[in-house]
Amino acid sequence: MNPTTPVEDTVSDQSPHALSDREPVLQARGLVKRYGRVTALAGADLELYPGEILAVIGDNGAGKSSLIKALSGALTPDEGEILLDGLPVRLRTPIAARDAGIETVHQSLAVSPSLDIATNLFLGREPLRPGLLGSVFRMLDRPRMRAEAARHLDALGIMTIQNPGQAVETLSGGQRQAVAVARAAAFGDKVVIMDEPTAALGVRESRAVLDLILRVRDNGLPVILISHNMPHVFEIADRVHVQRLGRRVAVLDPRACSMTDAVAVMTGALDPVELPEEAHAPGAVW
Amino acid sequence: MTTSPPAPASPPPVIDDVRPPGPLDHLQRVLHSQATLGPAVVLLVAVAVFAVISPNFLGPTNISLILQQTAVIGTLALGQTLIILTAGIDLSVGSIMVLCSIVMGRLSADLGLPGPLALLAGLVCGTACGLFNGLLVTRVKLPPFIVTLGSLNIFFALNLWISRSETIRGVDMSDVLLWTGRVLVIGGARITYGSLLMLAVLGVLVYALHATRWGRHVYATGDDREAARLSGIRTDRVLLSVYAVAGLVYAVGAWILIGRIASASPQAGMMDNLDSITAVVLGGTSLFGGRGMIVGTIMGALIVGVCRNGLSLAGVDVLWQNFAVGVLVILAVSLDQWIRKARR
Repeated sequence: MNPTTPVEDTVSDQSPHALSDREPVLQARGLVKRYGRVTALAGADLELYPGEILAVIGDNGAGKSSLIKALSGALTPDEGEILLDGLPVRLRTPIAARDAGIETVHQSLAVSPSLDIATNLFLGREPLRPGLLGSVFRMLDRPRMRAEAARHLDALGIMTIQNPGQAVETLSGGQRQAVAVARAAAFGDKVVIMDEPTAALGVRESRAVLDLILRVRDNGLPVILISHNMPHVFEIADRVHVQRLGRRVAVLDPRACSMTDAVAVMTGALDPVELPEEAHAPGAVW
Repeated sequence: MTTSPPAPASPPPVIDDVRPPGPLDHLQRVLHSQATLGPAVVLLVAVAVFAVISPNFLGPTNISLILQQTAVIGTLALGQTLIILTAGIDLSVGSIMVLCSIVMGRLSADLGLPGPLALLAGLVCGTACGLFNGLLVTRVKLPPFIVTLGSLNIFFALNLWISRSETIRGVDMSDVLLWTGRVLVIGGARITYGSLLMLAVLGVLVYALHATRWGRHVYATGDDREAARLSGIRTDRVLLSVYAVAGLVYAVGAWILIGRIASASPQAGMMDNLDSITAVVLGGTSLFGGRGMIVGTIMGALIVGVCRNGLSLAGVDVLWQNFAVGVLVILAVSLDQWIRKARR
């Protein structure tokens, strides 16, 4: 990862205004989740279009993490449906979501510090040697793991990580994040969800991780970004989904809307209908 | 924005550390990356010291004695290593081994079962005991310490019941069970098949831990169980398999024990619980899980064997042997804690 690389123009090839005619990759319709008398999701919707970074913002208790958990298979909603490429899917477990092509980078990163980078990239889906060595002796294909790990790290421009055989605990926080992102990008073939990827990082490392997220999108994977950090959201998101009281209240265009207004909508101080029409991103129905 | 970003989960990297890394920091980092280096150095030093003190120490007779004494504890410690790698602990090792040896002995001596079948029954018994522990750890979600503290007593009581508290003589048993005590003479040194069997178990486990998915999953589960689960590893299955395999390894230990003492005694191996943990810890495997090499465990078992043997050759009282082993354990754990601080 090279923190000094200038951020390229964050506008993707597809103008966000063309999004509404396209099919969403991932769509949630009317998700409801109740915990006893507490309603975490009250009919939440979400659409993620190809080639975009969709930021999800919301105050604590807005149902942001319940929404993300439902999309990543960590929670089963009581009502509503999730569509992947227009087809309804049931994501009962995180593994089911992963098998469907939805990769999640958890805030805790879910890496094993004492294992090396290549092993971490392939954790839970290690390739075996071809032939008898693999089928009878269950032998790992380490050369392939090393080579593919190097290729994946290279594809995301993670330059400082030289040796995929290095233990993850020898890496800095930003580099560990990069390993987790590389794993998601390597295996996610539909969607990558990132939960607070910059929360534990310093300024320079955050910069590098934001560049990395842009590169994941530019390599063709749409990204859902959950973040509390408004400058980061406004810098890299193509559209901003605002979650409030268990529902989506607005989808904003970060180029036409101010951070102050977004926070006001998020906290309920401002009714989204009072915003000028260009502040709303197309594709939102509320 | 009403909330500030959460506090960093881990301390930020120390970039502006004014203190340049000294030789001690370097040593710490080397020991951190090479888990078996420490035990190897300790073993070599111990061998060198005792070789100077007692001229007979390095003689073939004495070396084969140490190897025989190490075979049982070493095998138990191999199973124990698997469990400690998952951040667990097994206090029931000795009980499982004794129970298995009694099952093998009784079936062969009193029921006249053919040797291979009696052996097989013992191996199944060990696996079942391990599964019992594993089910309590994974399904009932009890801490391994409590589970194995309970099963230690359960298995020991079963052992007394099955054996009727009587020792089964080797002459009444099938030769298959006594095979591990037979001697192979290699260049003047008398090596028992039991010692070779221990090395075979070591070889299989080294391969399984380092070259298969299962082994990587054992390390990942012990390192950070939640991270492993989120990575798609079925950590409960991994844990259950670890306890079952450990039980099987203890049963192999029971076979080696029968050959070594040429009988099956319900009172044998009662000190072996703690000695096996001692060997694992001396071998550089961390009690916190996810870190360690199984080769180190054999070195740890040899360190214990060499110290006990060397001290007794030097005419030191048994009580001081225990004292020395105790000091070694505390030193090894302190060293482990210090090494674990070398995160970067």
